Amino acid sequence: MDVAIVGIGIHPFGRTPSRSGLQQGAFAARLALQDAGVEWKDIQFAFGGSASSGSADALVNELGLTGLPFINVANGCATGGSSLISAYNAIKSGEYDLGLVAGFDKHDRGAFNADPKELGLGEWYGEVGMMLTTQFFAMKIQKYMNDYNISENTLAKVAQKSFINGSRNPNAWRTEPIGVEEIANSMMVNNPLTKFMFCSPSEGGVALILSSADKAHTYTDTPVYLRGATMKSRRFGSFEVFAPSQALQQVDGPTVDASKAAFEMAGVGPRDIDVMQLQDTEVGAEIMHMAENGFCEHGEQEALIQSGETRIEGSMPINTDGGCIANGEPIGASGLRQVYENVLQLRGQAGDHQVPDDPKLAYTHVYGAPGISAVTILQR
Amino acid sequence: MSNQVPIAEGLFTWPSKNPALLGSRCQDCGIATFPVSESCSACSGQNVVVEELPGHGTLWTWTIQQFMPKTPYKSGETPETFEPYGVGYVELPGGVRVEGRLTENDPAKLAIGMNMEVVFEPYRTEENGDEVISFFFRPAA
Ligand SMILES: [Zn+2]
Repeated sequence: MDVAIVGIGIHPFGRTPSRSGLQQGAFAARLALQDAGVEWKDIQFAFGGSASSGSADALVNELGLTGLPFINVANGCATGGSSLISAYNAIKSGEYDLGLVAGFDKHDRGAFNADPKELGLGEWYGEVGMMLTTQFFAMKIQKYMNDYNISENTLAKVAQKSFINGSRNPNAWRTEPIGVEEIANSMMVNNPLTKFMFCSPSEGGVALILSSADKAHTYTDTPVYLRGATMKSRRFGSFEVFAPSQALQQVDGPTVDASKAAFEMAGVGPRDIDVMQLQDTEVGAEIMHMAENGFCEHGEQEALIQSGETRIEGSMPINTDGGCIANGEPIGASGLRQVYENVLQLRGQAGDHQVPDDPKLAYTHVYGAPGISAVTILQR
Repeated sequence: MSNQVPIAEGLFTWPSKNPALLGSRCQDCGIATFPVSESCSACSGQNVVVEELPGHGTLWTWTIQQFMPKTPYKSGETPETFEPYGVGYVELPGGVRVEGRLTENDPAKLAIGMNMEVVFEPYRTEENGDEVISFFFRPAA
């Protein structure tokens, strides 16, 4: 049974002091229900996740106690992607034909606080100051720049594009364009990455309504079909966050594995994709994920970015809603924001940040600690 | 003379005249890992033996931590006394790439591929006066 997305809802990302994370999730869920023209009592099952705003299944207190099975998902930055895959499989199995996926969060300011024990690491690892995801991203791009001649100016250009796209998206957090000079000269966080090259923890909520493909047209005139949905964890030898050591022989990371599996499942290739949302915890991640997802060869990013190909009007539009850099990262909601954006793009409803020429195929990719990745391929 | 204690048991030989990082090597597939693990994450086997890792290697990648991390960071520093520090992976020949703090925090003095050596130095002082020893990588000739 094929699966379609028939309703979408979002609570604007950023800072909303007047609403809890849970309320932002409920706000998004109500919009998604309205978008699909269904009521909460029609929903047969739900998957959802939140990292620091309580259990996602507490949404039933806001939306109504209907007795539906609501399963909480916790998978770091891949929480949204994991919820979506779970819901996809539930419908594909034939067990259900209408479900909800929700993700929301509300984080404190500043870098995330990771606990070594939760990842099976010794306390010494945190005590000496290595329990920081930002260091991993900085070290990975540092090595990559050395191996493939990516310039510091290209790092800044990626952030510049994110802020431009954010300024065209009314639901983004950062809505002011920032120049390359200002980005490059902002406070150094982890060399070679400056403050404006990183995303920050933020707030927001996203919800999606999924149905079996054969019923999709009863809910919407513009169903978007899930052609591929995959999730992978790291294999031995891939270079990952929170690793006290790394094998001498390096293998492809979970992004490469999830991407290949998704393309195979969808029966399409990277050249067929019209718009893509790639995990951009910082600018280096976006650059490396372009190649890891198969959209270019390693090293080609320098020319592609310098010539503007990754902009909304370019040949491979990336993070058209401003990505994590302009939206911040509410962990539970972040992966679903990418899907929300792609559904808007495929429906032709993205307004000022709409990719021209009627995009037909869209791609999402998330990556998170301690080395997991999820990919979806959507088609209208 | 203050008492010197290692930051964690089993991470490196201590006390020792020639201290060394301790890894484990799988006897079935030959893969080494740091710190010591009871199983091999390459082949899932449990036939592993503890060994001393080489003390010299080359810098594989690096960064500088420019802001003071929140807990669980425990260096004895305050926001006023905090000094940025280097972090990197050092490739130890025949062994594994080990992540560690660097003694150098000037980006101009660090480059991928440079020679590095492991050193064991005081990291912080406990309330009871004990000096906590940790490992660092230092640029070498
Ligand atoms: Zn083995």
